[in-house]
Amino acid sequence: MAIDTRAPARSDHADGGTYRIDVSKVDTAVLRRITAMAFRFPGRMAAGITATVAAALMQLLVPQYLGQAVDQAQGLLAGAVSGRTDRDAAEAALWTTAGLLLLVAVGRGLATMAQNYLGEAVGHLIGFDLRMAYYRQLQRLSLSWHDRVHTGDLMTRGILDIEGVRLWTDTGILRMFYLSILIGGGAFVLLGIDPVLGLVALAFVPIVGVRASFARLKLRDTWLALQDRMSALTKIMEENLGGIRVVRAFAAQDHEMAKFDQVSAAALETASRRVRLFVLSTTQMTFVYFLAMAATLWIGGTKVLSGTITLGQLTEVLAFMLILQMPVRQIGWMINSIARASTCGGRLFNVLDLTPSIADAPDAQPLVLDEGVVRFEDVGFRYPTWAGDSRTLSGISFEIRPGRKIGIVGPPGAGKSTLAQLLNRYYDVGAGRITIDGQDIRQVTLASLRAAVAIVQQEAFLFTASIDHNVAYGAPYAMRPDIERSTQTAQLHSYVSGLPASYQTLVGERGVSLSGGQRQRLAIARAILPAARVLVFDDSTAAIDAATERRIRDALAHFTADRAVIVIAHRLSSLIDADEILFLEDGRVVERGDHNSLMALGGRYRKLHDLQAGGGQVADVTS
Amino acid sequence: MSATPTRSTPPKPPLAVVGSQIEQDEELFGRAFDRWVVVRFLSYIAPYRRRIAIGVAAVLVFTLSQLAIPLLVRAVFDDALGGLALADGAVLRAIMVAFVAVVLVNYVANHLMETIVGETAQNLLFDLRRAMYGHLQVVSLTFMDKTEVGRLMSRLQGDVYALQEFLESSIFAVGDLVLLFGIVTVLLWLDPVLGALTLSVVPLLALVRIVWLPRARRAFMDAREASSATNGALAENVHGIRAIQELTREPLNADLFEEKARRNLNTHLRASAFTNVMIPIVDTLTGAAMAIIIVIGGAMVLNRESDIGVMVAFLFYTQRFFDPIRSLTIQYSTMQRAMAAGQRIFEVIDVEVDVADATDAVDPATIDGAISFDHVTFGYEPGNPVLKDISFAVAPGETVALVGPTGSGKTSTTALAHRFYDVWSGAVRIGGYDVRELTQASLGRHIAMVLQEPFLFSASIRDNIRFAKTAASDAEVEAAARAVGADAFIRRLADGYDTMLEQGGANLSLGQRQLLSFARALVADAKILVLDEATASVDSYTELEIQRALKRLLTGRTALIIAHRLATIRDADRIIVLQDGAIVETGSHHALMEKGGLYARLYRMNYASFDDIPADELAAALDGGQRT
Repeated sequence: MAIDTRAPARSDHADGGTYRIDVSKVDTAVLRRITAMAFRFPGRMAAGITATVAAALMQLLVPQYLGQAVDQAQGLLAGAVSGRTDRDAAEAALWTTAGLLLLVAVGRGLATMAQNYLGEAVGHLIGFDLRMAYYRQLQRLSLSWHDRVHTGDLMTRGILDIEGVRLWTDTGILRMFYLSILIGGGAFVLLGIDPVLGLVALAFVPIVGVRASFARLKLRDTWLALQDRMSALTKIMEENLGGIRVVRAFAAQDHEMAKFDQVSAAALETASRRVRLFVLSTTQMTFVYFLAMAATLWIGGTKVLSGTITLGQLTEVLAFMLILQMPVRQIGWMINSIARASTCGGRLFNVLDLTPSIADAPDAQPLVLDEGVVRFEDVGFRYPTWAGDSRTLSGISFEIRPGRKIGIVGPPGAGKSTLAQLLNRYYDVGAGRITIDGQDIRQVTLASLRAAVAIVQQEAFLFTASIDHNVAYGAPYAMRPDIERSTQTAQLHSYVSGLPASYQTLVGERGVSLSGGQRQRLAIARAILPAARVLVFDDSTAAIDAATERRIRDALAHFTADRAVIVIAHRLSSLIDADEILFLEDGRVVERGDHNSLMALGGRYRKLHDLQAGGGQVADVTS
Repeated sequence: MSATPTRSTPPKPPLAVVGSQIEQDEELFGRAFDRWVVVRFLSYIAPYRRRIAIGVAAVLVFTLSQLAIPLLVRAVFDDALGGLALADGAVLRAIMVAFVAVVLVNYVANHLMETIVGETAQNLLFDLRRAMYGHLQVVSLTFMDKTEVGRLMSRLQGDVYALQEFLESSIFAVGDLVLLFGIVTVLLWLDPVLGALTLSVVPLLALVRIVWLPRARRAFMDAREASSATNGALAENVHGIRAIQELTREPLNADLFEEKARRNLNTHLRASAFTNVMIPIVDTLTGAAMAIIIVIGGAMVLNRESDIGVMVAFLFYTQRFFDPIRSLTIQYSTMQRAMAAGQRIFEVIDVEVDVADATDAVDPATIDGAISFDHVTFGYEPGNPVLKDISFAVAPGETVALVGPTGSGKTSTTALAHRFYDVWSGAVRIGGYDVRELTQASLGRHIAMVLQEPFLFSASIRDNIRFAKTAASDAEVEAAARAVGADAFIRRLADGYDTMLEQGGANLSLGQRQLLSFARALVADAKILVLDEATASVDSYTELEIQRALKRLLTGRTALIIAHRLATIRDADRIIVLQDGAIVETGSHHALMEKGGLYARLYRMNYASFDDIPADELAAALDGGQRT
């Protein structure tokens, strides 16, 4: 990581995932850091700054040539237009001025092009680096951190905040050079022509500059407010359309329209306020500018009449005002750019500077698989406090050998899924240890651990891609026969081959939508394809009917024959054949044994079994 | 982090991709002018006619005052200072007074124009969005069923935004056009020869832009596409992080993402090059125009064919005259986009409403809770009826379970009871009234619905429970929650009943969401309950609570239930077995079991739910039905 990490390292474990950044405060450390990033492209930056200086200097020459031209034409008029030689000389002078002007215009154009292009290019290069760093960082940060952070927030950072930082080179650094040379140089020349007239002509600069800066910052505030209101509106509309049946069912259209109108009116109000603010500032700036021009003309005119300055010099002053008009307004943009880069950079670095709490230990070795024996040794765990969760797990011990199967049951919240999460280091254990073939899972590399343990989730995330790609997500080199073998095992093959585009059918967002059961079967196919040594089913058949589940289990038999399997389920039929069943309650194992011994025990397991034995009893229990 | 990590990767896996593999919607570059869209649009503009008239007048005044300023500068140079004739201060003063007056007019017109344009544009956009949204509240569910929310949202937001861009810039485009004509006229009027010569660079610029535009636009579109592909891949990395980390796809995905990010970089660099290459061209042409003015104008001054002030005015005008051309060419693309956006917006607004209140629809205060279907035939596509001549009656207070395999017409039956759709023939009656004689608001009040997927809004738990009856008191809300057994878990939440539900109640379990939707129906306190039981299995403990809550909900109500749970089915007063849109059996559980028909066969298969039954076993059961 070449990203300069000046901020002290923070672990993502302690990170609450929400950041409040004071948008009104400029963080100079952040700005310095972004600026340093730009100078990681020293050649381009040097060229960009050179071009910027050249463009500003040439721009400063234009008014002088214009003034010169007026004086030359005027001088011809003034001097007796008698001799032919005078005339020729005068015409030649005009030609020279015109030529120089054209030359300067071309040069200025080229320099400005170089300035803008290089500024934007460095910005895009920074953007590329940041985007890659951000993407990799998101991959590294622990899953529990991801659970706490709002996904929309992460997207905003990855899109808008990178954009804000990217623009800094162009609209911040280079523009600063340009504006200081142009305005400073312009002031120098103007004051040189005539101090009084120069001051009058420059009067608009501070007024417009300050006004523009304040207006920009205020506009930024209203923009942020407007964004907030628009996203509130979006949320209302999205929910309404998504829940349109509920809305119709309760004939709540009027209520919903009122809700919409209220938020919409507030958004419109903010939008209008923003328009008024914007208009007020721009028109006032134009007004002040023209007033300064009037004063310049008046005073300058009087001076021309009294012979203090020439007509050409007055032209020059006016031309200066003309070329300074836009740059002075850009002071506002620059101030805005400072505020934006500081906020965006701050938000971005907040994520980039985190250190993943679940990461390879410094001396981590790849897991060496022998048999594939999993051992939980007196495992304890306390849920992190930010989760507002006071639950704990304690004293969990068991061993699974290849070909054996452990079942885990218990009421909701007993900590069943947490066991699976500990095994692939979603969290780290708080006490005891988990080993695979005798190696503590914290001492091996994450990649090798996760390659050895496959967890079948309850909810399979569908990537917006073809089905074969989705199935082969964890084994991208898999060939078609392997893919089909795993979908056959998961009882998904016949459904997929029945689709018009078969395995090329697109699923996921905007693709063909799969039912809950189909998704779970896809999750199973996906998990078994990489052929991991340890297989965990985390309530992954809840949406699959019992008969299909049985078929999946039969098909899996040859696959699980030499693998350690953990089945977490609330449907007892899913784990009835387990070699050992742990009944978890409040984070402790309260009953353990195989199905028969637990039934004989007549405890909680037995009660749960009776509850589930046929839908009939459910009704009986309730009545 | 280097820009090019050289990792020795094996050949790229053939299947691996990141980001959506579904093509983005091609940007519609339709006609720049679509009569129909414009006509439709005008009707929305109508309420703002007066303001727009003032705005247009302000644009004209503003443009004229813009044109006047260089002319006044010229007057200062020629009439007050010019020549050698010693002009006196009085002329200068007079011109300066005029100058200040023009500046004032310019300010007022500018302010008026921009405020009116900006605010009217905002109002119009909000009007259009509201019209679309309001219409979506009444269009038939058939339309809503087949349209993705995302697509509608892109019309409500993206297309409205495209119009906003257009509206805000269009009035200035008018100003630019006027300014362009104004400058041309003034230049030719000041000095026809010099004017014509100076203006000769304008067609040159137009020519350059015509060559440049299509290429540049392609480059801009490429950049935009690359951006959205990159952001899509990033979104996948955010949403699918669990699968990515668990299946250790990190290194491969980072490589794939880098390709996208690099393409994004390259297309943006190209787009940037296209934008900036225009700068030296415009500058060169401006320089050329100024050079022409100096050489030709200077010679004219020399020959006393022209005044020095004319030359100065020309120099001032050249600073401005490329602006209108630049913004007008940009305006053309904006206009194309706006037309396409307008078309999509009006498409939504024009979707026909098939289910609407009859003019003489009634809203009785109370009804008796009877439901009857009288020879109802109905379908979603012409010629393909889903329900075929169905007749049945549910007495007030009776609980009827609808069962049958997927596609047998259960959902359609419940939807018709609420008049989500209109029947093709026959009639559906609620409390003795044909549903078409009742207002939809009345149906909403008398029928409470619980959908299979409990849908919750991003609001407090309290507001979610009283969604159906916003006037419900806190006591009513809590009583309902207690009745369905939700009170305990609600109180355990940090803010109790005021806990805000995020993203559709993602912070609650499925069972808890189910209980809240029961509480919501209980608060509605309607005579009739239409319930689509959830199929997803929840753990046995939650299952118990749900069954208990359901019993409480059914007490004293007429209920039509699409039942999946055997317990629910058996407890029903009567069971209607549907198959292929027709009623095949009806009766109590015991009666049907004795009869030994489809229901009995399905029941004996001993599945937790009728929807669970695998297709082949179901086919066998149905076959058995035909044989009998």
